[in-house]
Amino acid sequence: MGASERVGVSPLRRGLGRLRRNGVAMASAVALGAMYLAAAAAGFVAPYHYDDERRDLSYHPPSAVRVVDAEGRWRRPFVYATTMEFDAYRRRHVTEDRTRRYPIGFFVRGEPYRLFWLIPCDRHLFGVAAPARLYVAGADSRGRDLFSRLVSGSQVSLSIGLVGVCVTFTLGMFVGGLAGFYGGWADELIMRLCEMIMMIPGFYLLLALRAAFPPELSSVEVYVLIVIMMSFIGWAGLARVIRGMVLSLREREYVVAARAAGRGSVGIVFSHLLPNTVSYAVVAATLSVPGYILGESALSLLGLGIQDPHASWGNLLSEAMNVSQLAFHPWVLWPGVCIFATVMAYNFLGDGLRDAFDPRLETARR
Amino acid sequence: MLQYVVRRVIVAIPLLLAMSFVTFMFIQAAPGDYFDLLRQNPQISEAVIDALRAQYRLDQPPLIQYGSWLWHLLQGDLGYSFAYKAPVAAVIAGRIGNTLILTGVAMILAWLMAIPLGIYGAFRHQTAADRALSFFAYVGMSIPNFFLALLLLYLASLTGWLPLGGMRSAGFAALSWPSKVGDLAAHLAIPALVISTASLAGLQRLMRGNTLEVLRAPFVVTARAKGLTERRVRYVHVLRNAINPMITIFGYELSSLLGGAALTEIICSWPGLGSLMLGAVRQQDLFLVMGSMLMGGIMLLGGNLIADLLLAWSDPRIRYGRI
Repeated sequence: MGASERVGVSPLRRGLGRLRRNGVAMASAVALGAMYLAAAAAGFVAPYHYDDERRDLSYHPPSAVRVVDAEGRWRRPFVYATTMEFDAYRRRHVTEDRTRRYPIGFFVRGEPYRLFWLIPCDRHLFGVAAPARLYVAGADSRGRDLFSRLVSGSQVSLSIGLVGVCVTFTLGMFVGGLAGFYGGWADELIMRLCEMIMMIPGFYLLLALRAAFPPELSSVEVYVLIVIMMSFIGWAGLARVIRGMVLSLREREYVVAARAAGRGSVGIVFSHLLPNTVSYAVVAATLSVPGYILGESALSLLGLGIQDPHASWGNLLSEAMNVSQLAFHPWVLWPGVCIFATVMAYNFLGDGLRDAFDPRLETARR
Repeated sequence: MLQYVVRRVIVAIPLLLAMSFVTFMFIQAAPGDYFDLLRQNPQISEAVIDALRAQYRLDQPPLIQYGSWLWHLLQGDLGYSFAYKAPVAAVIAGRIGNTLILTGVAMILAWLMAIPLGIYGAFRHQTAADRALSFFAYVGMSIPNFFLALLLLYLASLTGWLPLGGMRSAGFAALSWPSKVGDLAAHLAIPALVISTASLAGLQRLMRGNTLEVLRAPFVVTARAKGLTERRVRYVHVLRNAINPMITIFGYELSSLLGGAALTEIICSWPGLGSLMLGAVRQQDLFLVMGSMLMGGIMLLGGNLIADLLLAWSDPRIRYGRI
C-alpha cells in the first residue's frame, strides 16, 4: 500500500476495506446476518409453533420429500401424511398414506404469530396442509418439529451472546477505565477482585451461581439470570486489559493537553481514553460472543437453563444426552451443528476484524 | 525460589478465603436446603430433620455457618456430604484421581500431537498441508466440547467399538490387570480425545507461530551461513527456541483443562469432580459444593504457580527469587 493512497482515508475506512477483502470473514458475517434475520422473523420462517406437538409422531424421522407420485408421474415437491407405530421390538415404523399428496407450499397460511413481535400475521415461509406434517429436520420426543424449534431456539441462543457481551463490555470498560485512570487503592481493590473472580474455575462458578436461584424459574427469568451470571464472570478479564491500556494511554500528550485545557477526569476517561480502546474491545467482544452462547448451551443442556416448552439450542441438544438411544434418532444432534456453525462463524469474523483493525498489525504492515 | 513459592501460597490464601465466602453466601441465598428433600419422606419426622439441621448448624445465620465451616476447614475437616452420607474429603478423594487421570491423558495426547503438527505446519508454511492443518485447528477450536462428545458417543453407539461413557465395565474387578488397563483405556478414549481437541488446536497454532517467528531470527541466518545442514538448523537451533515459550503455556493449560473437563465428564458420565459438583449443586449438598469449589480453585492456583515456576526454570532471564 503506497503512502499516497493513505492520505485522507480514516483508519475505520482502511480497516473496513481490509475486512472486505477477507473472504472467509465476510462469508461468516453474511451467514451470521442471515441467521439473526431468521431468528428475528422466527414465526415466519418456522412452519410450526415451537410447542405444536403431535405425540403420536414422537421422533418422526425427517420427512421424505418426493417429486414422483405413486403412479410414476412427476409432481411439484410433496409429502405424504404419515402414521407411526411400534413393532414387536418397540422399534418405531413410519407408514405413508399414499392415497393423497400434500404439496409443499410457500407463503402458506398457518398458525398466527406476530412478525418481529409486532405485526399479526399467519403466513409461513413454507408448509404443508394438515393432517400431513412437514418435518424438515425430524421431530423430537413429543413430535414437535425440530426445525421450528431450532429457529425458535436461535432467538435465545443467538441473542444471549450479544446481550451478554454488551453488558460485560459496558461493565468491564467502565470499571477498567476508571481503575486505570485513578489508580491508587480503588485500582488495587478492583484488580484483587478481578483476580479472585478469574481464579474460580468458570464452569464451577456458573454452577454455584445457578444454585443460588430456585430451579423453577420462568424462561425469561433464566435468560436474564444467565446474562447476569456470565457477565459477572466475564467482566473481570476485560477490566484488567482495559485498565492496562488506559494506564499507558493516560500519559500520552493529548491526554496531558486535555488536562491542561481544564477537562475533567470523567470527561477525559470517556472522550479520550475509552475511545482508544474501542478497536481492541470490538475484536475482543466478537471473539467472546461464542463463550456466552456456549455457556447458555451448557447450562440448558444440563437442565439448569431455558426450560421446556421454550427452546434454546442447548436444551434442544439435551435430547441427545440419552446416548444409547441416539442411533435411533440422530437428527436431535442438529442443535449441536447450529451451535458449532455459529461459534465458528464468530471466530472467523473476530479473527478477520483483528487482522483488519489491530493498529499494531497496521504499523507492522507499513 | 522456595521463598517465592511460599509467598505465592500466602498470597493465595486470602483469595481462596474470599472465593469460598462468596460461594458460601451464594448457596445460602438459594431457597431451601438439602433437608427439604428429606422432608418429603414421610418416614422421617420433623423432629429428626430439625435435629439434623441443628447438628450441621443449618439453623444458624449464614455468617455463623460460614465461620463454623471455616473453623472445621482449618482443622482439616471439609464437612459431611448429606447426599453421599460420607465425609466430603472422602467423597472428593474418590473422584479427584479420576479427574486427574482424564485431564492428564488428555493433556499428554494434546501435546504429543500439537508440537509435531505445529512444527510441521511452520516448516511447510503456506502449503496445502499447512492450510489443511490450520483449518482443522480452527474446527477443533470452534467445536463445542459437549457437541464433539455427543458426536463421538453417537459414532461409538453405531460401531460398538467403544463403551458409551462411564469409567469401568461391569466386571472390572474380576479382570486381569492387562485387561483392566485396556478397559480403562477404552473408557478414556472418547472423553480424553474430546478434551484434548480444544487445547490441541490452540497449541498447534501457537507452536506454528513460534516456529515461524524463530525461523526469521538472525541466529538462524547465522547458523545457515556458517554452513550447517538444514536438518541441524531446524531440529537443533529452531526447535529448541520455538519450544521454550510453550513451557509457560503448559501450566496455564493445566488449569484451564481442569475447568473445561467438567462438562465433558458429565456427558461421558466419567466419575470425576465435574459430575460430582453438578450433583452436589442440584441437591444443595452444601459442604460438598464448597469442597469441590475449593479443590477446583486450588488446582487452578496450583496450575498457575507451576506455569510461573516452569517459566523461571526454562528462561534464565527470569529470576523470581530476586524480585
